Amino acid sequence: MTFNLHQALSLEVARAGRFGPYGGAYIPETLAPAVAALEQAYADARQDPAFWAELDRLHRSYTGRPTPLTFARRLTEYLGGARIYLKREDLAHTGAHKINNALGQGLLAKRMGKTRIIAETGAGQHGVATATVCALLGMECVIYMGVDDMARQQPNVFRMRLLGAEVRGVASGSRTLKDAINEAMRDWVTNPDSYYLLGSALGPHPYPTMVRDFQSVIGREAREQILAATGRLPDVVLACVGGGSNAIGIFHAFLSDEGVALRGVEAGGRGITPGNHAARFAGGRPGVLQGTYTYVLQNDDGQIELTHSISAGLDYAAVGPEHALLHDQGRATYTTADDEEALDAFQTLARLEGIIPALESAHAVAEAIKLAPTMRPDQIILINLSGRGDKDIFTVANVLGVKV
Amino acid sequence: MSRIADTFARLRAAGRTALMPYLMTGYPERDSALELAPALEEAGADLFELGVPFSDPLADGATIQRASERALANGIRLEHCIATVAELRKRGVRVPIVPMGYYNPFLQYGLERLARDLAAAGADGLIVPDLPPEEAQECYAACREYGLDLIFFVAPTTPDERIARIAALASGFIYCVSLTGVTGARRELWRGLPAFLERVRRQTNLPLVVGFGISSADHVREVGRYAAGAIVASALINVIEQSPPGEYVARAAEFVRLLRG
Repeated sequence: MTFNLHQALSLEVARAGRFGPYGGAYIPETLAPAVAALEQAYADARQDPAFWAELDRLHRSYTGRPTPLTFARRLTEYLGGARIYLKREDLAHTGAHKINNALGQGLLAKRMGKTRIIAETGAGQHGVATATVCALLGMECVIYMGVDDMARQQPNVFRMRLLGAEVRGVASGSRTLKDAINEAMRDWVTNPDSYYLLGSALGPHPYPTMVRDFQSVIGREAREQILAATGRLPDVVLACVGGGSNAIGIFHAFLSDEGVALRGVEAGGRGITPGNHAARFAGGRPGVLQGTYTYVLQNDDGQIELTHSISAGLDYAAVGPEHALLHDQGRATYTTADDEEALDAFQTLARLEGIIPALESAHAVAEAIKLAPTMRPDQIILINLSGRGDKDIFTVANVLGVKV
Repeated sequence: MSRIADTFARLRAAGRTALMPYLMTGYPERDSALELAPALEEAGADLFELGVPFSDPLADGATIQRASERALANGIRLEHCIATVAELRKRGVRVPIVPMGYYNPFLQYGLERLARDLAAAGADGLIVPDLPPEEAQECYAACREYGLDLIFFVAPTTPDERIARIAALASGFIYCVSLTGVTGARRELWRGLPAFLERVRRQTNLPLVVGFGISSADHVREVGRYAAGAIVASALINVIEQSPPGEYVARAAEFVRLLRG
């Protein structure tokens, strides 16, 4: 008979928050009670229609939901294949899907009686969304951001400060999203009464489930909208995958639609060699990073690899654990777009549709550019256009050698 | 009886507070631990916590983060940490050695292989700060099989009933986190520490060892009133970091003698 630790512990929550073998909660003991309290609070809120009604009311009156579905006519004609539709999360307040999660968790924090919010940010979109929600709900806000990300996302740093948040630069490690998460978790360990508003479907349970729930509004709307617009479901749904919250948000409504292919696009960076990309499925293997068991970019010794992407929001060494399961099951497939392809897609969408996408979202557009010509005109590609690209114009200008 | 249990029984009989310095493998230089551990044992260390470097030490403050980065830059791998334990035994270090590191490198090495190799090298236990009991099934089983004590943490935030459940599993000692925060030297001990340790004491007879923030002889003496031992990590690394080159072994030993009082 094998010894069963969980029986011995009589922990009912043991192995909670698993997606197959992935997920879990690998956290220091100091945080275990805070994480358990969060899990309980979210379980209660999840059952409470009043909580969702309040979130829905704010989404309509403040976020600008439902966001539209746009038929990309000129892009479709240019590529000469499948019809391309864009789910316009770039039109949500603050310019990206991040507000969906920030608002949901902000309301949960309020419900828990929290007054101080901590968050990490990569591209700055989650930081801006969190700072916005803190301003709206009257809460103190501290944002951790890698100093390299601060340099390439200066407009967002300024926006966060305008919104009343304190932005703390993180100079350790790779000075990007991973290090900002480490520092946010250190703050949380020091201040377990604060609310840690994690920005993607990552980290310890219950975050991957909770963030997915808050983002799944994207897929629910998009599914209804595409049915209304075309009378059918899409053949392919595309989304970029950093931590994977916008992707899981749009995928979820289509999971049981067998005819709908789900495809995540990771950052191919400068090429799939160590330190030059953030393609966890192509270049990583299962491991534990920042509280969760999932595909992680790491060396043979289990040390976390540095990552690179032109887009700060995809520049992260681990992927959300639910994507790991979808990958293993084959329900979703994961591919990459490199920096150059993302840059091309960024400019193509701007010129053909009058929409400047976030560099993150441009990775999904890049995949559509490859895929659409191989498909028939009666087929449909749905792209989650997760954010707008105003924040990226300096990065892009710099790469293109243009002085702004 | 494990070497850890035996050590605490002996110290308890002698009325002595266990002093457990933390050494980061490969810090400041690749083989520093081979010089430091014997010197610190001589100076009065009763057990060692031997750090295994990790790229993302999220429970650690700036001091140990820097030491970890330096160790990685020195090319330290888990194999080297295990070999360090074996070499220390060969060089006559007799006190318990408890490796401490984050979960992912251990998981990638293989937990059963890790426990086997650590036990064979002469290590006595394992400390994994990001592995709460809920996730520890496999690691716990591997440690039991090879006679290693898997050391569990309790924190000021841990409720009584959870302390009781953790204590029921624990062996060797219980690592009591002295404050709500990350590792790092502090000027003062947390005022709530005696009450917290009393709360833990009510749930278990295992030795309680206090870590995080302990940086002076006064701290060690104060902790000794409520607990079986004290871990000194960041304060010791600070001493090493600030030593003139070539003198850190002597300075570290001097600091341990000072802590010993």
